[in-house]
Amino acid sequence: MKDMKFEYPLEGGDFIKAGYASSSLKKILNQLNLDPDLVRRIAVATYEAEVNVVAHAFRGIMKVLVSPERILIRVEDEGPGIPDIGKAMQEGYSTASDRVREMGFGAGMGLSNIKKNTDKLEIHSELNKGTVLEMTTLIKG
Amino acid sequence: MNIENVINELGLQVFAGADKTGRQVKGAYVSDLLSDVMGKAREGELWITMQTHKNIIAVASLKDLSAILIVNGGRPEEETIVAAEREGVILLGTGDRSFSTCGKLYKMMERDALV
Repeated sequence: MKDMKFEYPLEGGDFIKAGYASSSLKKILNQLNLDPDLVRRIAVATYEAEVNVVAHAFRGIMKVLVSPERILIRVEDEGPGIPDIGKAMQEGYSTASDRVREMGFGAGMGLSNIKKNTDKLEIHSELNKGTVLEMTTLIKG
Repeated sequence: MNIENVINELGLQVFAGADKTGRQVKGAYVSDLLSDVMGKAREGELWITMQTHKNIIAVASLKDLSAILIVNGGRPEEETIVAAEREGVILLGTGDRSFSTCGKLYKMMERDALV
């Protein structure tokens, strides 16, 4: 299998399209005959990252690199940034608006769901600029 | 146990996926928080919720859940039904409340040794 790259643009505030990038990626990964459980874990991680951009940022992009050993996903956004990453990682902590919460988002579980479903998670954030999430999933052959 | 059995025994309404009701049910999960479902629900489970907006379809599809059951007589929005048909998600409804729905389902699953 050769390296494959995919990119999905993300739009802040657009809850109608939320999940579109993750669903598109999941369909591609399923076609690669990867372990269904691994594909589901990636689906959870990418969905949460996508929803974070939709709920908090102005816009973003999801970049995916699939290689034989690992799947690397980088989600970059232009937005407010995360003031306290330690706090944001705590389950139950959320800064989501009431409107977002009424839809069942903003449970404060997004980042911890990403952490639990990937092998490695790195977060870089700059206030009033944006956030970069880098998630790595190893493919065990 | 398949979705068809659940529809018949609980007298459910089918909003979408009527042609897919042979799908197996491996268990159930109840929650109205999407990230909770993303984190805790397992593949093949039936998801019981009161949420009716379109985003529930992506959650069910990404997690490979067997179906979504909307309680309290909630009606999914038209775009939710369209998305469900497109993604192959079974969308069901009941006028019952979550608690009684879960009780009935639990008894059914006990009989089939699923719980």
